[in-house]
Amino acid sequence: MTDRSVTHTTFVIERSYPVAPSTVFGAFSDPELKERWFTMPPDWVDTEHTLDFRVGGRETNRGGPVGGPVHLFDARYQDIVENERIVYAYDLHLDEQRISVSLATIELAGVGSGTRMTFTEQGAFLDGLEGPAEREHGTNLMVDALGAALETGMGGP
Amino acid sequence: MVKWMLKQDESLDRVFHALADSSRRNMVERLSAGPASVTELARPLPMTLAAVVQHVQVLEAAGLVRTEKVGRVRRCEINLDTLRPVDRWIAERRAMWGRAFGQLGSVLGQPPSAHPDRDPRSAP
Repeated sequence: MTDRSVTHTTFVIERSYPVAPSTVFGAFSDPELKERWFTMPPDWVDTEHTLDFRVGGRETNRGGPVGGPVHLFDARYQDIVENERIVYAYDLHLDEQRISVSLATIELAGVGSGTRMTFTEQGAFLDGLEGPAEREHGTNLMVDALGAALETGMGGP
Repeated sequence: MVKWMLKQDESLDRVFHALADSSRRNMVERLSAGPASVTELARPLPMTLAAVVQHVQVLEAAGLVRTEKVGRVRRCEINLDTLRPVDRWIAERRAMWGRAFGQLGSVLGQPPSAHPDRDPRSAP
């Protein structure tokens, strides 16, 4: 695919956890803990995870399905406020192709004895957006309707 | 050609019909975070399981949702093939983080069934 294109998008995911913000923060900052949840699907191969959790530090997560493309998550931590906020920039590669560059912001707020986590991703999705003609033709209306439906109430329980 | 266009119109009609109902939109929203069983889809909705099954059939006929019988459970997922590539990527990205944050919940000792917004693929 030689067409060049960039599509910008933002989406939000919210979750509540029944533990203090410091515990949730720990699951992001401690490499051993993070390893337990930020994983590739269990059937993927050649997986490798590294985490250097400090401003300017890097995190990589690599692996792929058998016979499929190697996925590489490559992040750099931009801002860390203990127990409150984490900001990192990351790109995602499929084999040699960089498919997106994103800014991810994680905000932690104590609610009662638990934590409300807000994850916001602002992304530039690169190239490869041209689908087959028949997909473009006639499905745009449908997709716009679906997009509108998805956006209602997106990002929150 | 005209026949093909009419066919396109019919499929659009099915999509608009499917999304004209708030319960079905609710299910599409839920499935955009990851696959779920019919029972899980039914849980937050004030309706019978049979009614949910009918709604899922409408979504499936419109090509918005794909279902698969796994043992005794009918598993539903968003049919990403109907989405434009960019929408598919966003849906996939949301699913990626949704899966990770579901696993985070497990690591933090949260029983998977305690949260309505969980990702079922992270369940043990």
